[in-house]
Amino acid sequence: MPTDSTPTTEAATSTDPAPRIEFEDVEKKFGKTTVLKDLNFTIGRGERVTLIGPSGSGKTTILRLLMTLEDLTDGYIWVDGDPLTHDRRDGKRVELKPKQIAQVRKRIGMVFQQFNLFPNMSVLDNITEAPIHVLGQSKDEAKENALTLLDRVGLRNRADAHPTQLSGGQQQRVAIARALAMDPEILLLDEVTSALDPELVGDVLGVLEDVAETTDITMLIVTHEMQFARDVSQRVMMFDGGQIVEEAPPEEMFTRPKNERTQKFLEAII
Amino acid sequence: MFDSELFLEALPVLLKAFVEVTLVVTVLGSLLAAVLGLVWAIALRELPAAIGRPLRWVLDFIRMTPLPVHLLVVYYAFTQISPKTVGILVIGIHYSTYMAESYRSGIDSIRSGQWEAATALSLPRSRTWRAVILPQAIRNTLPSLGNWAIAMFKDTPFLIFISVPEMVTAARVFGGRNFSYIEAMTVAGLLFLLASYPTAVLMQKLEKKLAY
Ligand SMILES: Nc1ncnc2c1ncn2[C@@H]1O[C@H](COP(=O)(O)OP(=O)(O)O)[C@@H](O)[C@H]1O
Ligand SMILES: [Mg+2]
Repeated sequence: MPTDSTPTTEAATSTDPAPRIEFEDVEKKFGKTTVLKDLNFTIGRGERVTLIGPSGSGKTTILRLLMTLEDLTDGYIWVDGDPLTHDRRDGKRVELKPKQIAQVRKRIGMVFQQFNLFPNMSVLDNITEAPIHVLGQSKDEAKENALTLLDRVGLRNRADAHPTQLSGGQQQRVAIARALAMDPEILLLDEVTSALDPELVGDVLGVLEDVAETTDITMLIVTHEMQFARDVSQRVMMFDGGQIVEEAPPEEMFTRPKNERTQKFLEAII
Repeated sequence: MFDSELFLEALPVLLKAFVEVTLVVTVLGSLLAAVLGLVWAIALRELPAAIGRPLRWVLDFIRMTPLPVHLLVVYYAFTQISPKTVGILVIGIHYSTYMAESYRSGIDSIRSGQWEAATALSLPRSRTWRAVILPQAIRNTLPSLGNWAIAMFKDTPFLIFISVPEMVTAARVFGGRNFSYIEAMTVAGLLFLLASYPTAVLMQKLEKKLAY
């Protein structure tokens, strides 16, 4: 669909910009199992969307496809109108070269359930590694940015610590700072509090609420924290079997779900 | 029976052979094996199967055939190279195939989340290897590399097949000249022990130091 390369900067003022994210006829198979089929949706610029649905409904797969951690079996994913992994040329589906993929991928960041900090690096180095070696920032610049971000997640005094010396909640806040240091347009959050002890969840969600309030980063959130979803997202998409079965603003979705499967799912988790 | 004078006489002779051959071959051979082994391990993961599979066959072949055979083949095939150099190259390459396996399991032990986090940060592949994967993998591999170096050290008497005057050969010559082998062989054994044991202890210390 979108083939012209519109400028990728904040385009709120430009006329009819391409959506930030578009899934077009996306299909994903693992071996012979089809996990996603004919999936179509768009996410607007700066929009924050929560994905809910039973385990195995394909939420993680959607995020991983966007992060290029999984190969798309068929279809297209567009980011600001640019092809992510496959382009359409003369009606044909063409795989992009790794260099081209890397260009678009830079606009996307992800925070994982298991944090995935680099244990061989200090907290500070975890955050500055990519800005220095991917964005070409100077060491000083990257360090200054990193310290500002650490301030924001309340961990400036742990800059020299190693990840193994931190609690899970602290590690996850560092992982958030690390993703933000790349100045992403899109942030993917996959059950970022699911691996945490309950008493540590609040701090992490607090940081994310702050990010949602103070930036216009487009966010795709998979979470079981319904209050959080309500607070930060403008739209909730309910998935089942790789399909969107219902979507609505959170108040509506959580108080008056229309679809029977949504009702059952929400009853089960609340 | 045991002539302690002969023992003391054998000591400097064998020590010389020990330093000049056994130690030199082991140190240079280990360095070669450690570097090549890493190259193989990375190549096996990064190269397309068309090149990777034949490489794997070659490495398996080397690993599963005896060292003395390699020594003899290369010794007779490249007569212009000095026997000691042949020894270093052959032992280094032979052990690189073992070390490659150690590196491989070290690399495999890194959780996929590390690779994924690197991708999510758009780190280039080479930087991911250098800054994220190898520092963790090598730390896991180091004890095993140390063990291979010690094994290599104990394999140096095979150099006798290509007439390199390493320590055991020297002990044999010394014994033959003095009509008694036990003293010189005891010296050789002690020197092996004196070198292996501290190395093993050192490796353990290093391992602890590298833990984070
Ligand atoms: N690497 C994989 N190999 C095979 N099947 C997978 C793989 N990853 C996910 N799946 C399958 O894809 C489906 C969707 O999984 P996932 O996207 O993780 O769902 P969710 O995040 O909603 O729980 C599940 O049936 C899961 O078993
Ligand atoms: Mg999931």
